[in-house]
Amino acid sequence: MDYLLEADELVKHYGDLRAVDGVSFGLQPGACFGLLGPNGAGKTTTVEMLEGLTEPTAGTIRFRGAPRGDAFRARAGIQFQNTALPDYMAVREALELFASLYPHTLALDELIDLCALEGFLGQYCNRISGGQRQRLLLAIALVNDPDIVFLDEPTTGLDPQARRNFWSLIERIRARGKTVLLTTHYMEEAARLCSEIAIVDHGRIIARGAPGELLSEHFGETVLELPRADLGDPGGLPATAVDAGDRVELLTRDVADTIAALIDRGVPLERLRIRERTLEDLFLELTGRTMRA
Amino acid sequence: MMRPRLDPRRIRAVFVARNREFFRDRATLAWSVLLPVAIVFGFAFAFSGSAPERYTIGVLGDPAAAERTLGIEHVDYARVRDRSRGVEQVRQHELDLLIDAREQRYWVSDASPKGYMLERVLRGLNVDERVYSRESVPGRVIRYVDWLVPGLLAMNMMFTALFGVGFVIVRYRKNGVLKRFKATPLRPAEYLIAQLGSRLMIIVVITSAIFVGSHAILDFPIQGNPLGLLLVLIAGGICLISLGLIVAARTASEELAGGLLNLFSWPMMFLSGVWFSVEGLHPWLQIVAHGLPLTHVIDAARAVMIDGAGLAAIAPQLGLLLAMAGVFLAIGAALFRWE
Repeated sequence: MDYLLEADELVKHYGDLRAVDGVSFGLQPGACFGLLGPNGAGKTTTVEMLEGLTEPTAGTIRFRGAPRGDAFRARAGIQFQNTALPDYMAVREALELFASLYPHTLALDELIDLCALEGFLGQYCNRISGGQRQRLLLAIALVNDPDIVFLDEPTTGLDPQARRNFWSLIERIRARGKTVLLTTHYMEEAARLCSEIAIVDHGRIIARGAPGELLSEHFGETVLELPRADLGDPGGLPATAVDAGDRVELLTRDVADTIAALIDRGVPLERLRIRERTLEDLFLELTGRTMRA
Repeated sequence: MMRPRLDPRRIRAVFVARNREFFRDRATLAWSVLLPVAIVFGFAFAFSGSAPERYTIGVLGDPAAAERTLGIEHVDYARVRDRSRGVEQVRQHELDLLIDAREQRYWVSDASPKGYMLERVLRGLNVDERVYSRESVPGRVIRYVDWLVPGLLAMNMMFTALFGVGFVIVRYRKNGVLKRFKATPLRPAEYLIAQLGSRLMIIVVITSAIFVGSHAILDFPIQGNPLGLLLVLIAGGICLISLGLIVAARTASEELAGGLLNLFSWPMMFLSGVWFSVEGLHPWLQIVAHGLPLTHVIDAARAVMIDGAGLAAIAPQLGLLLAMAGVFLAIGAALFRWE
């Protein structure tokens, strides 16, 4: 096995709470590995153990095949879910501060260019927009030119445009050969960025693989979506009907037959939507649709 | 495994960042200058010329017995163990009169109005028909303000030291700034040294400026070497900041930190001799007072300013403050958590 970073049977208990309950996976060099899961599934705890910030209750973590030493901190880049920066500090100063904490760093100009920070270098960190802030935090994570980058829900709270900009940044980082561990609950994000994903729930991995493989493994069907009022009774159709609020999803392996049957019944098709099943469907199917306490 | 050495480059980077933050935060900066100025001049005005109207007689021997023999009421009798120390306190107007009942002697300052009053009362008594012999203590007139200013400046330094580092670190722990640092090679000791250094510099600059400014206006005496005062300021600053670092070592709640900081600062404010001499306290409270760093800061500062003490004379206080600082720092570093 030539994993860059490898977790074996990681366990973390907080009192009676089993936040992480036996998680194992490995990151190939250059991979973008996505940890997906609902809030409270144990993603952040898992990532913080890998980052070396939280001590596991049990299990082992290996970096380049050996236990992580002090040097690991200088080889890893971390973007936290919630981080404030010191008040009254300009963006360029923040970069300089973090750069001076590491023995080896990326040239600041390169970093500024890579993360598109040029336009607001002189502004205080607490006065920039959400998207600018995430780019700055990413730049700080990259300041030491790390081998592996941890991104914990980097696009949560960003508007769609800022999110897409951030995705292209992550693609640029991968193009530089960095290994990325990403947590997210945006399935679209995982599908676009990740070479491999693991879906986590209740502290365990419940599905794992490349996004395409996972979908074909779990789903052979296509989804036909219709308003309930237009469809009427779905009985007798060559499809499985799934309730989705005021719409009904028909899951079928034979799209043509199903549509022919709908036309036979005189169902209006103006509002018909046909789509492949997505990671989101898989996510909901695996983690359940019910409201969590 | 050997621990890596502290890296001066990292300490300097955090030190510079903290200084910038302090001097850019105009509101806090203005407050940290205006508050002590207001305190010093407010009290200087309030107490201009007059001391609190309470008379204190130092007694070599048993104060209760002296009180019975003398029968002078509405006067504090304080036990004095060492005669030369007692005479020194008479000179500083900390005692209005010093009495040795066995030897039938008393000491009084020529420059003290209260000493004069007590002397008249004493001579008017006909205690056991014995006559007390007078010993004169020469001295310059010391106003209460002269005595109060070092206490006020030291008290202000204490508050800035404790709350200045305490609250900043607790806030940064709460909002995740410290967690961000934890993920870098920065070591806790480096971070704490940088915080200590930054706050110490701020304290020295601001306190010195206010000292010089209020000296120009209030014209209090500085009998000794100003370098001695600077050393007291630095040693006291390091000691009190280190105490603040203990409070800030773990808590992530500003409320809890505020409570703990008050727990340390209020006793010092009232027991360390800012407002009145420690000798006037109950003996048990005197023991507590001598355990408080601020007592030694004020003691040394007054010794320099009023008695003209040299560096050698305040060396014990300086040593004690630095020793306390060492203990506080060791505890603070051992307790420290980023999260």
